[in-house]
Formats: sequence, structure tokens, C-alpha cells
Amino acid sequence: MGWLFEPGFFSNGPVHVALVIGGVTAVVSALVGVFTVVRGQSFGGHALSDVSTAGGSGALLIGLSPLSGFVAGDLLGGAAMEALGTEHERGRDVATGIVLGAATGLAALFLYLDATSGTTTGTAQQILFGSIFVLQPSIIPVVAALACLALGLLALLYRPLVLHTFSPEIAHARGVPVRLVGALYMAALAMAVALSSITIGTVLSTALLIGPPAAALRLTRGMGRALLVAALTGLGATWLGILLSYDSFYWSPSRRFLPVSFFVVAIIVVAYLASGLARLGLRRRPSAPGGA
Amino acid sequence: MFSGFMANAWVSGTIVAIVAGVVGFFVVLRGAAFQAHAIPNGAFAGAAFATLVGFDTLVGLAGFSIVAALGIAWLGRRARADVATALVLVLLLALGGLFLSRTTEYGPQVFSLLFGEILGVSTSELLPVALLALACVAVVGSLFRPLMLSSVLGEVAEAKGVRSGPLEVAFLLVVALATAMTVPVVGAMLIFALMIGPPAAARALSARPMVAVALSVVLALVALWGSIASAYLTDWPVGFFVGVFGAAIYGAARASVTIARRGAARSGAAT
Repeated sequence: MGWLFEPGFFSNGPVHVALVIGGVTAVVSALVGVFTVVRGQSFGGHALSDVSTAGGSGALLIGLSPLSGFVAGDLLGGAAMEALGTEHERGRDVATGIVLGAATGLAALFLYLDATSGTTTGTAQQILFGSIFVLQPSIIPVVAALACLALGLLALLYRPLVLHTFSPEIAHARGVPVRLVGALYMAALAMAVALSSITIGTVLSTALLIGPPAAALRLTRGMGRALLVAALTGLGATWLGILLSYDSFYWSPSRRFLPVSFFVVAIIVVAYLASGLARLGLRRRPSAPGGA
Repeated sequence: MFSGFMANAWVSGTIVAIVAGVVGFFVVLRGAAFQAHAIPNGAFAGAAFATLVGFDTLVGLAGFSIVAALGIAWLGRRARADVATALVLVLLLALGGLFLSRTTEYGPQVFSLLFGEILGVSTSELLPVALLALACVAVVGSLFRPLMLSSVLGEVAEAKGVRSGPLEVAFLLVVALATAMTVPVVGAMLIFALMIGPPAAARALSARPMVAVALSVVLALVALWGSIASAYLTDWPVGFFVGVFGAAIYGAARASVTIARRGAARSGAAT
């Protein structure tokens, strides 16, 4: 295995932290993301990651940690989208777009002010594209708490969410509080996006949220299995991405790390395309179960 | 404010706003906000690539935005459109991040690509920008009826022989062209705000297509002119003003419609 794991991979402190935080994030994003994909909220999930940029850069500006800004920004942004949006699909599209546009504008200003205040060089790069190898071990408890909160909320919402997603009429008839379920789900989504923003950066957190669930949903039937496959795919992509990024230091004579986020996203996209091929294979075999 | 180097900013800004107003009207009408957001972000990777390899930024922008448009259209035929859009978007962004990590000169340049720089347009770039703009408006003009029909009444359009697949590809390519010319001015992350806020406001204010398109162009011009002036005065990034003005115009339009409706209801109740 020496060719795969370059020297020091297992004894490196920052790598341990990256593996733990990256792994937790990948699993939370994948589980929350299955519902994002099924409910057709990919745009909203992505918009939240740009709202994260505004929150994170704003927090840095006033001397707080980016994670607190990510969380606060996402919860606010999610609330704004819920408030502006309608059940009508194109209305929701515009509401998301308006929130996204305003948040991006704010991000532009905050990043500019961060850069000109001079104390935080490379901030824009760090917030946008992540920096998983420089995370402090001290944030692990916060990450764990957020992850538990998001997953707890998801578990609580599981039944009404599945009902509302797949048979909205029955949900209405049974008196499921649809707006409340939608809003609470948005809160879980906001926390998942905040988590992935800190690991692979705000611009790429969408990859962890949408990619593994979309691949899993093409391969499996039934929510339970889709959740499991999505979580495993996300976890695998993240850990492999961290490993490849670490190894890339030794690949070229220039001795530079290639970004983790690039590897994670590339693996996820390949997995998604492969899931399409695998499904074609399943369809060709007439006796395959679930290949309808 | 209107002399020397600022002249280019005003001219290119005016062209950008007209194109964003026209193309954005259909973006809002077709519910294609996510695609309109994804294509410019993909174009950002093209600009980063052009910087790395050392050829013209506009070529990189145009090439990558066309690739993004075709990728979204191709993947979207087999899967949910929003999932396809999200994946094309993150793939291109990741490539952009990779290209950036290989160049030594990012910093300010990246920032201006993402968030815009009013001084980023040179006199020699004005002509290609104007030509691209003309091409965009001409294509939208020639596709106006089928686009209108397929956006509002999908089934009727199909029955009349409008083929939705090729039309969708053509529309995404127009968004890509519009993107390539606008990114150097307002930035990859904010051209989108200009394509959503003013057109959505125009749609809220008028139900008649031609009036709404005209209104959309006027509002986009107001937003962008205001942004350029504010950026000049404050030295803050132009993208900030575009994003905030776009949302403010939409908010104002919604509010005025609501107030007008309440007023109408009240006078109706009085009589």
C-alpha cells in the first residue's frame, strides 16, 4: 500500500482532523441531501452555500469565527427563502434567486473589506475553496454538535417529510403542518451547508449535498437504502479526496498540494456518471430486481 | 466620473444591462434561475484557465460557458434538471479552483473575475462585447415567439411543432454568450443578480410581454448605472451594488403591486 499512502499520512495531525471533520460533514450532507434532491431543492441548497460566503466573510470582518458566520448566515438565508417563496415552483425559483443575488452582493463587499483591512490575507480563497488541512482540532466539538442537531432534526422530521415529499395530498389530508415541516427541513439543510462550507469551501459544498444523493437515488429504490448508499458515497469521496490531495504533494517537483475540494468534486462527479452507467446495466438484465 | 477610463465602464455597462434585461426576462419566465447562475460560475473557470495558459480571457469565458450550457442540457435530458445543473456547476468551480491553485497571480485578479471590476474593460474589448451583445439580442428576437409560447404554454407549443429540446439548448447557449460578455464587467457571481432582480420586478409590474421586456431593460439599466456610480464614489466592488440593487428593485416592485392591489380592493369595497 506504500504507493497509495505517501509518507506520514497516518501520523499527520492535520490529516486526522481533516478525516474526522470531513467524514462527519460528508455523512450529514449526504443524508440531508437525499431529501434536497427528491424535493427538487438543489437550487436552494446551492444558494445557501453562497449565503454562507456572505456569513463567513462577514463574521471574519467583525472578528468572529467563520463557522459561526456560516451557521447564522444560512439560517437567516433559509428563513428568507421560505418567507419569500411560494408553493408554486417558478415562484420559489425567483425567491431563491433574489436571496442568492443579494447574498452574493454582500459577500462581495465583505470579502473586499476583509482583503483591504489587511489582517486576513487569502481569506477569499480560504472561504470560497476551503482549507481542510488548516482546521483546528478545537472545532471538532462544535462540528459534532451541529452534526447531531442536523441529524436529530432530520430523524424527527423523517416520517412527515417522506409523506409530504412523495404524496403531498395525503399529507395535506392527514393535517401534516406542511409549512412547519418545510421550514424545519430548511434549518437542517442550512446546518448541513454550514458544515460543508467549512470543509470543502462554500463554492463546492453543493457537491457533497447533491452528488452522492443523486447517484444513490439512481441506484437504489426505497429511502433507507438511498440514505445508506449516499452516506457511504459521500464518505468515500471525501476520504479519498483528502488522501489524493495529500499524495499530490509528492507528484510534481514543485511540491505543492492540489486542492482537496477539486479531488472530492471530481470523485463525486465520476461516481454520479458511473451510477448512470450502472443503472443502464441493471436495466439491460431483465431478471435484475429493482431494474424497472 | 464620465471622463477617460470611466467612459469604457459606462458604455460596456449599458450594453451589459440591455442584454441582461432581455435574456433575464426569459430566464425568469422559464424558471431557469439556477442555470443562469451556474453558467457564469462555470465561465469563471474558463477565465482562470485562460490566465493559467496565457490566452485571451474572453475566449476562455466564452469557451467554458458554452461547455457549461451544453453540459447542463446534455445531463439534464437524463436526470432532474436541477441536479444536472448543480453537478456541472460544482465540477467547473472545482476546475477553476484547481487552475487558480496552479497560478501565482491570483488574489485581486480572481476577485475581480468573481465580483466584477468596472475598470476591467479596455477599449479594444468594447467591439467584441458589442458584437456578442448584438448576437444575443438578435437570437432572442428571432426566437421570441417560440420561446414565449414554450415558456408559458408548453403543451400548446409542442402541438404547434415547437421542439422543446433544441429550443432549450438554443436558449442556454444565448445565456452562455450573454455570460461571456458580461463577466468581465460585473463578475461571474453577480451577472446572475442582474438577470433575476430587474426582470422579476418587471414581470410583477406588467403581464404584457413586450411591456415587461422593455421595463426589464430599463430597470436593469437603472440598477447597473446606479451600481457603477456608487462603486466609483465609494471604491467598493461593483458586484455588491448590483446584488443589493437587484434585490431592492424586486422588493420595491412587489411592494408597489401589493399596495396597488390593496388600494384597488379598498376603492372597490367603498363603491
